[in-house]
Amino acid sequence: MTKYGKFAIALLAATALTTAAADARSLKWARSGDSLTLDPHAQNEGPTHNLSHHIYEPLIHRDSQGKEVPALAVSWKVTDDASVWEFKLRPNVKFHNGSTFNADDVVFSVERALQPTSDMKGLLTSVEKISKVDDLTVTIKTRGPNPLLPNNLGDLFIMDKEWAEANNATKVQDFKNKEENFSVRNANGTGPFQLVSREPDVKTVMKRNDGYWGIGQVPLEITELVYIPIKADATRLAALLSGEVDFVQDVPVQDIERLKSQQNLRVNIGPENRTIFFGMDVASADLKGDSVQGKNPFADKKVRQAMNMALNRTAIQRVAMRGQSVPTGVIMPPFVNGWTKELDAAPTGDVNAAKKLLADAGYPSGFNVTLHCPNDRYVNDEAICQAAVGMWGQIGVKVNLVSQSKAIHFPLIQKNPPETEFFLVGWGVPTFDSEYIFSFLYHTRDAKYGSWNAIRYSNAEADKLIESLSSETDKAKRDGTIAKLWALFKEETLYLPVHHQTLAYAMKAGFDIPVDVSNQPKLKYLSFKTN
Amino acid sequence: MIAHLIRSLLQGILVILAVGLIAFSMFRFVGDPVASLAGQESTDADRAELTERLGLNDPFPIQFVRFLAKAAQGDFGISYRQARPVADLLAERLPATVELAVLSALFAFIIGVGLGVYAAINRRGLVANAVMVLSLVGVSLPTFLIGIGLIYLFAVELRWLPSFGRGDVLRFGWWTTGLLTETGRKSLVLPVLTLGFFQLTLIMRLVRAEMLETMRTDYVRFARARGIPERRIQFRHALRNTMVPVVTIVGLQLGSVIAFAIVTETVFQWPGLGALFVNAVQFVDIPVMAAYLMFVAFVFATMNFLTDFVYVLIDPRLKA
Repeated sequence: MTKYGKFAIALLAATALTTAAADARSLKWARSGDSLTLDPHAQNEGPTHNLSHHIYEPLIHRDSQGKEVPALAVSWKVTDDASVWEFKLRPNVKFHNGSTFNADDVVFSVERALQPTSDMKGLLTSVEKISKVDDLTVTIKTRGPNPLLPNNLGDLFIMDKEWAEANNATKVQDFKNKEENFSVRNANGTGPFQLVSREPDVKTVMKRNDGYWGIGQVPLEITELVYIPIKADATRLAALLSGEVDFVQDVPVQDIERLKSQQNLRVNIGPENRTIFFGMDVASADLKGDSVQGKNPFADKKVRQAMNMALNRTAIQRVAMRGQSVPTGVIMPPFVNGWTKELDAAPTGDVNAAKKLLADAGYPSGFNVTLHCPNDRYVNDEAICQAAVGMWGQIGVKVNLVSQSKAIHFPLIQKNPPETEFFLVGWGVPTFDSEYIFSFLYHTRDAKYGSWNAIRYSNAEADKLIESLSSETDKAKRDGTIAKLWALFKEETLYLPVHHQTLAYAMKAGFDIPVDVSNQPKLKYLSFKTN
Repeated sequence: MIAHLIRSLLQGILVILAVGLIAFSMFRFVGDPVASLAGQESTDADRAELTERLGLNDPFPIQFVRFLAKAAQGDFGISYRQARPVADLLAERLPATVELAVLSALFAFIIGVGLGVYAAINRRGLVANAVMVLSLVGVSLPTFLIGIGLIYLFAVELRWLPSFGRGDVLRFGWWTTGLLTETGRKSLVLPVLTLGFFQLTLIMRLVRAEMLETMRTDYVRFARARGIPERRIQFRHALRNTMVPVVTIVGLQLGSVIAFAIVTETVFQWPGLGALFVNAVQFVDIPVMAAYLMFVAFVFATMNFLTDFVYVLIDPRLKA
C-alpha cells in the first residue's frame, strides 16, 4: 500500500465522483410564460401542453419532427366498420401513485375531455362514443368515418380515473365555480417526470419517474427537471448567461448572434409549425375602412395579386426577422400533409407588375385601407406589418396600421361578423393535415366550420370538397382532393402568405436540445453529452 | 376631530368605489377574455356560450354590482388564467410585494436622508456635488433600465447575486419571507436597489432642499449666536424640522411603491402582485384585474386616512 495503493484509492474516489454526478442531473428550463394549469383538459394552449407532456401522456405523441410515436397506445387501426377506431393500450404501465393504467382510464379521460367546460372538445367533435373492449383495448366510434382521428389525439392526456374520483377532479374547471379544482395544482400521470412541487408563475419541480415504461427506449437522463417562467426577455437571457438556468426558449431574434458568439452556449434554430400571413375581406360589397366608395377593392382578384406581388418577402426576412424565417407562398407549414415545394415557392416581389395589375383593376392611383396587426403574439409581428405597409405604399396602396395587443386583436377576427377587413394572423396545424387549415380558414363560416374565416370567403363547391376530407378513407383520393383545393385557393390568392416562423432555443453547450416543430420540447429525449 | 376622521373615512370608501367603477368600464378596452380562454378550435357557438357563462354579455354596471355584492362576501371569483380563487392568489402574492416595498422604502429613506443631510451640510464639497449629479441620473433613468443594468453587472458579469426570483422562502402561516434564508436575502438586493433608487433620489433632494431652507432660518442663526456646537444645530434642530414634510412624502410614497412595483417585479420575475397584474392584463383576466385595482385603491385610501390621522395628531388646530 504505497504508491499503487494511493493511486487505487484516488481512482476509486474519482469513479465515485463521476457516478454521483451521473446520478443527480438536473435541468433548469426557462420559458416566457408559465403553464396555466396542470388540469390537462382545461386549456388548449402551447406552454400548458408542453409542461403536461412531461407529467402526463397521450395515446399517441409526436417527436420533435412532428412524427407520430406510440405513447400509451401501442397500435391503432380502423376496424371493419370504417367509423370505429381500435386502440391497443400499452401493458404494465403505472401512474405515479402506483395504480395501474388500463382502458377505464382512457375511457374516463376522453369523456372528461368531451365535457362542455373542457377546452379540448374542439379537437374531438367527431367522437361519438368511446368504449372499453377489454383492459387493454378501447374503441372510439366517430360520426361517420374519420381517418384523421389519431392526429387529434396528440395532446389528449390520460388521467387516472381512480385518482380523479378520489380527489373530486372528474370535472374540468368551470369558471363559474368558486372552488379550485384539485387537478389544477396536482397531477398524477404516467409520464417520464413526476410532479414534486408547483408554485404557479414561480417554478415547477419534477423528478424522474424511475418506473417509467420507456426507460431503455429513451435516454431519460435528467433526474430533476425545474421549469421556471421568466417573462422579461433580458432577464431570461441573463439567467442563462449567468448559469442560473440551463435551457431557455423564446429567444428574441435580435439576441441570437450575441448568444452564438458565447463559447459556453449553444443556439439551435429550426422551423416551427406556424405560418404568418395577411388576410382580407374578399367578399363584402363595400369596405368600411377604405377610401373607395361603394366597392370592395379586395373583392377583385387582380388587387389581391397586386398586393401579393408587392410583398418583398426576402426583405421582410432580412429586415424584420434578422434572417430567422422561411419565406413562403402558401399558408401551410412544411410538415403538413398536402405541402409541396411548388405550393411553397414564394412569389418574387415585383413593384411594376403589381402597379400594372392595380391599374388594370381600376385603381391606378391606389387606395387607402386599414390593417390590424398584433404586437405581442408572433415573432416581431409589428415589424412585419410595418415593413409590409411600406411595400404596399410603393404601389400606391396607403395602409393605415393599427397594432395592438393580442387580447384586442384576436376578437376582431373571431367576432361574427369579423370586425376587421385586413389583418395579420399566424396559423399552426396541430393535426399536421391540410383539412385543419381548410375547415377553419377557407370553409364558409357556419356553426361547425370556418370559425377563423375572417376573409368571408364562401364557395359551396369547395365547402363540399372540404367536408369530404374528414370522412374520405381512400388516402390517394383524399390527397388528390387536398391538392385540388390548394390549387384553387392559391389561384384565387385569398391570403397573402409571408413566412414560416422559426424558433430559437438557447442552452449550455453541454446540451443539444433540438427545436420541436410544435414548440413543445420533450426532455425525456435529452441525453447529456459526455465531453 | 371625530367628524374630520369620519369624513376622510367616507372619502376613502368613495374613492375605492369610484376606482372600481372606472376600472370596470375600462375592461372592455383591454380585450376579450374569451379569445384567450377558448382554444383555437372553438366554434362561434362555443365562444358565445363561454361569453354567456362568464356573464360578459351584461352591461358593465350590472357586472360591477355583481362583483361588489360577491366581494362584500369575500368572494372575488376565479382567475381565468390560473383557475384559482383570486383571494388566494392575492394573499399568496402579497408578502413578496410588501417585503420588497418596505425594504426598498427603508433603504431609500435611510440612505436618502443621510445623503441629503450630507449634501446640504457640504454644499460646496466635491462629493456632495457628484452625488447631486448622480441623483439626476437616478431620477431620469427608467426603472427597467436600472434593473437590467444591475442584473448584467451583478448577476452576469460578477455572478454575485441571482438575476431573477425570490430564492428560498420560509413560510409562517400564510406569510412568506425571504429574509431568513441566504438565497432569499441575496435575491432581495437587486430588486430593492432598483425599486428604491428613484425614491432615494427623491428623498435626498427633498431633504437637501428643506435642510438648506431651515439652515437659513432665524432660530438656527440665534442658536449659532448662542454658541451651540454646529453638529448639534444640524442634527438636533435643523434635521428635526426638516423631517416633517419628508415623513409625509415617504408615507404616501410607500403606498405607490406597494401599488406600482409592477416594472421592478416584471424585470426580476418577482412573484408579487405587480407581476400578477401584468399577466392578468395580457390574458384579460378580469377577476384578477378587478380585485387588484380595488386593492390598490384600498392601499391608497388607507395611506391617505393614516396621513390625515397623523395630521390631526401633529396640528393642534384640527382638534378643535
